[in-house]
Amino acid sequence: MNTFYFIAFLSVFFSILVITAKNPVHSILYLILTFFTFTIHYILLNAQFLAIVNFIVYMGAILVLFLYTLMLMNLNKESEQPKSNLIKIAAVIGGGCFLVTIVASLRALGASSPVVLKDPGLGLVKNLGKTLFNEYLLPFEVSSVLLLSAMVGAVLLATKDPKTT
Amino acid sequence: MVATLQSIPLNAYILLSSVIFSIGVIGVLVRRNAIVIFMSVELMLNAVNLLLTAFSVYLGDASGQVFVFFIMALAAAEVAIGLAIIVMIYRNTNSIDINVLNRLKW
Repeated sequence: MNTFYFIAFLSVFFSILVITAKNPVHSILYLILTFFTFTIHYILLNAQFLAIVNFIVYMGAILVLFLYTLMLMNLNKESEQPKSNLIKIAAVIGGGCFLVTIVASLRALGASSPVVLKDPGLGLVKNLGKTLFNEYLLPFEVSSVLLLSAMVGAVLLATKDPKTT
Repeated sequence: MVATLQSIPLNAYILLSSVIFSIGVIGVLVRRNAIVIFMSVELMLNAVNLLLTAFSVYLGDASGQVFVFFIMALAAAEVAIGLAIIVMIYRNTNSIDINVLNRLKW
C-alpha cells in the first residue's frame, strides 16, 4: 500500500516539475521520469503488457522524438518570455476548479471499494491478444491505416521547403 | 502475483489521475512554448490511460486495457504530426512561441 502512495507522490511531483521547468530540455527529462512512474503504476496494477508498451513506445519513441526535435531546432535555451502573473493565477484557479469538479463528481459515485485483481491473467499479453484479435480486430487494422497516414503526413509536412512554395 | 496488487481504494486512482490531468490543463494554460504545451497534452493522455487501466482491473474487463493500447497508437501518430507542424512553423516564423502564432485570429 505504501508503494502506491510513494509512486503517486513521485508522479505528481515530477509532473509539476514538467510544467514549471524553465528549460524545455529539463522539462522533457522530467516528463520521462513521470512516464517511468506511470510504468511502475502499470506494474503495480499487474498490467504487464501496458507497462512494457508504455516503457517502449512512450519513453523510448515519443520522448526521444520530442528531444530530437528540440535539439534539431536548437531551442534548448531559456528563451521563453513568461506570461503575466495574472494569467498564471487565472490558469491555476481554472485548473483547480476543474480538479474540484472532477473529484467531487467522481466521489459522488461512491466508488470507494478497493481495487482487487479478480483475474490474475488480466493484463498479460496472452489474454489481451485474444481480446484484441477477437473483439477489436477491425479497430486494430484501422489503426495501422492511421499510423501509415500519420507517417505520410509527417514526411509531407516536415520536408516542405517554404522557399519553393 | 495477486499479492502484488495491494488493496488500494479506487478513489486514490481517481484522485491521482484527476490531479495529473489538472496539472496538464494548467501547463497548457500557463506555458508559451509550443513543445511544452504539447508535452502537457501527453501528460493528460497518460492520466486518462492510468485511470482506464485502473477501472479495467477494478471491473475485471480486458477491454479497458485494449483501449489504452489504441490510445497509445493514437498518441504516437499525434506526436509525429504535431512535431512536424511545429517544425514547419519554426521554419516559417523562427519561433515556437504561441503568441507569435496569432495569425488564425482575425
